Amino acid sequence: MPGRLARFLLTGLFALFLLFLYGPTLTIAVLSFQGPDGGLTFPMNGVSLHWFGQLFATQAVGDIGAALKRSLALAAMVTATTVVVSLAAGMAFRRRFPGATVLFYLTLASLIVPSILVSLGIGLLFNLMEWEPAWYSSAYGAQLTWILPFGLLIMFAVFNRFDRAWEEAARDMGATPWQEFVHVVLPIIAPSVVGIALFGFTLSFDEFARTLMTAGNGNTLPLEILGMTTTVTTPVLYALGTASTALSFVVIGCAILGMRGLRPVGRLRPPHGPEAQ
Amino acid sequence: MRRSALFSWLQAAPLALVLAVFLLVPMAMLVIVSFFDYDSYSLIPDFVLTNYRESFSSAVTWRTFGKTLWFAGLTWVITFGIGFWVAYYLAFVVRGDMPRMVLFVLCTVPFWTSNLIRMIAWVPFLGRNGLMNSALIGMGAINKPLEFLLFSDFAVVLAFVHLYTLFMVVPVFNTMLRIDRRLLEAARDAGAGFWQTLWCVILPLTKPGIGIGSIFVVVLVMGDFATVRLMSGGQSASVGLMISNQIGLMQYPAAAANAVGLLAMVLLLMAAILRAIDIRREL
Repeated sequence: MPGRLARFLLTGLFALFLLFLYGPTLTIAVLSFQGPDGGLTFPMNGVSLHWFGQLFATQAVGDIGAALKRSLALAAMVTATTVVVSLAAGMAFRRRFPGATVLFYLTLASLIVPSILVSLGIGLLFNLMEWEPAWYSSAYGAQLTWILPFGLLIMFAVFNRFDRAWEEAARDMGATPWQEFVHVVLPIIAPSVVGIALFGFTLSFDEFARTLMTAGNGNTLPLEILGMTTTVTTPVLYALGTASTALSFVVIGCAILGMRGLRPVGRLRPPHGPEAQ
Repeated sequence: MRRSALFSWLQAAPLALVLAVFLLVPMAMLVIVSFFDYDSYSLIPDFVLTNYRESFSSAVTWRTFGKTLWFAGLTWVITFGIGFWVAYYLAFVVRGDMPRMVLFVLCTVPFWTSNLIRMIAWVPFLGRNGLMNSALIGMGAINKPLEFLLFSDFAVVLAFVHLYTLFMVVPVFNTMLRIDRRLLEAARDAGAGFWQTLWCVILPLTKPGIGIGSIFVVVLVMGDFATVRLMSGGQSASVGLMISNQIGLMQYPAAAANAVGLLAMVLLLMAAILRAIDIRREL
């Protein structure tokens, strides 16, 4: 165990690390309230909501409202798919089945391949097949190659800690496999499933490397931001950043509230035995 | 096939289908197209080696690959240096599960903000008239603004460290939490000091987490194009950026040839990491 000096130094390091993580984001949050004549850096030239208003005004940089709608719809599709597919695959991997090892390594490979290569590969596939790339087809698939494996890895972690005694008890009491899943397995793992949904939503909502070549004509919000970084030199960029961060927090807040509602009810737990987690 | 195996197979089929259509086929496509010919309008199906020959006979390409490796290596060293101690602090210095979880969540919150926004956020800090320069001038440390802060390799690595240290912290922290505390007591009873315990007990047991964190950091940096473009202001290069520029110019076969090169480099590095560290225990 570290001595007093080491603890002191490590606490200092940790505090610096938090400052490093939060400092820049907080700075642009403050700067996004610049007055109408303010620039990209301090000093503040008055305080206003001018730049937030600018976000929704039609402007040269593109249509943020439409991009936001696309991003939200895409994130919702990816989230729903990730939850269902990784839950099903997670259940499958609890038993041996032919091809399990290959599929496992393929899933890991999917995490390792750099995103721009997936983007280019899918872009080329659609190009050669003369399919029209769009956010709901090619970009959706491109995002899944990164977010699904993450969901599955979380599922593995969940089922590694899952107490099989619950299912055995359900079977002993005559539950069908479906009843066993719906009334026993699902309520116990529900908080983790919400966690996967949350994770998937954020990953999708912020993804741009995989969407770059696959979004077709309609930009998603991160692509819009990527375009703006080279053309826009006003605090409207900061306003966009602050607004999208706030939106992420709202989604997380809702999900955490949802998670509390989904906690397995007390009577499911045995009075003395280990809690199933 | 037994019925339960068939059922498992059905459950896993959607995953297999997605990966086949959106990973395997596109990667095959990359390899195929890298042998295509092209002109300014279209791809010409063919089997030529010109894309590889042109790309890899140019010193620029090799320098770019070298630069990418350098970015990955430097970022890895720094994220490991910071990430290990942050994880150590959370796992062994903080007392009690509740404070530990709260501090851990504090570390992960910035992750919910878009990477692009987090990059842009450095501009008011590092710019010519930014906070850093004003502060340094105010203190009298320098008398004219430092130019290398923004739009430089320094800014690129800083942004990488800012974005990806978390990917090192999480797996290392997770492995450290699983270390049996009695081992640490045993080490102390046997007379080991702080460093000896760290080197002989904690470090070997944390290896799988370090391996996973390293894979994430290295892969994310190697494939990056946006950070290098934004933070270097077009003054630095990486393979990802080179590929994305070629995509912009519609030189798909050339981009595909470089992509195959990048893929090979990433896979070799992964093989090296996996050879050094067995991560299977962790999965």
